[in-house]
Amino acid sequence: MLLVLGWWAVSASGGTFYLPTPGEVAATFAETWFSQRLLDDVLPSLARLLAGYVLATLLGVGLGVPIGLSPRLRATAEPVLEFFRAIPPPILVPLVMLLAGIDNAMKVLVIVSGCVWPILLNTVEGVRALDEVLSDTCRMYGVRGLSRLRRFTLRGASPQIMAGLRQALSIGIILMVISEMFASSSGLGFTIVLFQRQFQIAEMWSGIVLLGLLGFALSVLFRWLERRVLSWYYGRGGERA
Amino acid sequence: MLEVTGLKKVYQAPGRSVEALRDLTFRVDAAELVCVVGPSGCGKTTLLRCVAGLLPATAGTVRVSGEPVKGPPPSMAVVFQEYGRSLFPWMTVWQNVELPLQEKKVPREERRRRVAESLEAVGLAEAASAHPWQLSGGMQQRVAIARAAAYEPKVLLMDEPFAAVDAQTRADLEDLILRLWRDLEVTTLFVTHDIDEAVYLGQRVIVLSSSPTVVMEDLKIDLPPQRDQLTTRSLPRFAELRGHVYAQIQRARGVREAGPAEQEAR
Repeated sequence: MLLVLGWWAVSASGGTFYLPTPGEVAATFAETWFSQRLLDDVLPSLARLLAGYVLATLLGVGLGVPIGLSPRLRATAEPVLEFFRAIPPPILVPLVMLLAGIDNAMKVLVIVSGCVWPILLNTVEGVRALDEVLSDTCRMYGVRGLSRLRRFTLRGASPQIMAGLRQALSIGIILMVISEMFASSSGLGFTIVLFQRQFQIAEMWSGIVLLGLLGFALSVLFRWLERRVLSWYYGRGGERA
Repeated sequence: MLEVTGLKKVYQAPGRSVEALRDLTFRVDAAELVCVVGPSGCGKTTLLRCVAGLLPATAGTVRVSGEPVKGPPPSMAVVFQEYGRSLFPWMTVWQNVELPLQEKKVPREERRRRVAESLEAVGLAEAASAHPWQLSGGMQQRVAIARAAAYEPKVLLMDEPFAAVDAQTRADLEDLILRLWRDLEVTTLFVTHDIDEAVYLGQRVIVLSSSPTVVMEDLKIDLPPQRDQLTTRSLPRFAELRGHVYAQIQRARGVREAGPAEQEAR
């Protein structure tokens, strides 16, 4: 609230062209986004984000589990993974453009390439730190194969996996926008840059507000999901005995 | 039923090796309850893990009903010391008990019956839908015992199951184990560091030396079969046996000071 008031005070008194008042932005917001743009720009953006995020999850958990389970594989893979993680994902956009063109596949690939690392590394860590007594219990009572994976390995590592997914979500939103700024004909990032180039300043601001709201909504959604999946973990105090 | 012959376990680490178990030979007959006691650090848990097939032995064999143990045998159940870590925190009490039966492909109706009965037997029928971390330590260990009982094993192994619960709970749990053992007629190997507990529960007590471990004594406990916390523990014979085991363990400690437990690798 204070933030909006402050914004309003500065913009109303200064009245520069580049800083419209909150009222103007709010009015523009409705007419800009509750229109065809919702279908043309917002939904494709979200669809690419979802596709990239799901792919990154499958890839990250799928690779993370075997690496976490095998000390030898881990010793080989971990330095490489840390290196890839250290590369800022936006820098991959030009490279992926060269390799995969400028269509949807490129944007999804960029999102995957950024999101996969926190998921992968957290999964490795979660699987590595699985409780030995529980592991012995599984062996004694014949819990093996897929059942072991589903009921023990993934559940036991889920606090770390969820932490990785949370990091990946914010990275994914950033990459969604950045990938659209480079070469695109639709999407939120593209539209915001377009508004800026055409000096539609209030529209540009409304796009930024929309992104903020989207990010907030997604994180609320994620927190709800996390609470459900990890209720046992929070129930016992979030700490492993 | 359970035969351990010449069991030896050496832990290999770069530059040195630690001989945890030197040479252990003993047997547990069908439907017998045998306790294993030894000075702390004598490799009780190593012994139990070897018997359970969780840890490969360096030499010697473990046989269950004549079959050599290579991995965890399907006819065996274990109750671990760390109750807080042996139950799945993301499952309810019921699900924890039911899981091994699902894996064993026990039909649904029978599964329900066995889970309900064993939870009833340990006095936790009310807590079936709770999660383990909502229960006290003693109750959690009861769940682990119920899980083992529902599994209907031929051999039940217990690794210091009551080391981490308070004295009163412990007495209750000891009587629970005696009752279940009698009802199920299950061959039981009970590892403990508590001499009183070993003498109170066991038909025999196997006294281990300190590491590198051998069997010091295989002692028959000639107390009346019906045990009771108050009367059994106040019998003169109980005190004698207890004193005898205590003296043996003191002797084992002395042996350890005389001889080095760790050997440099050649």
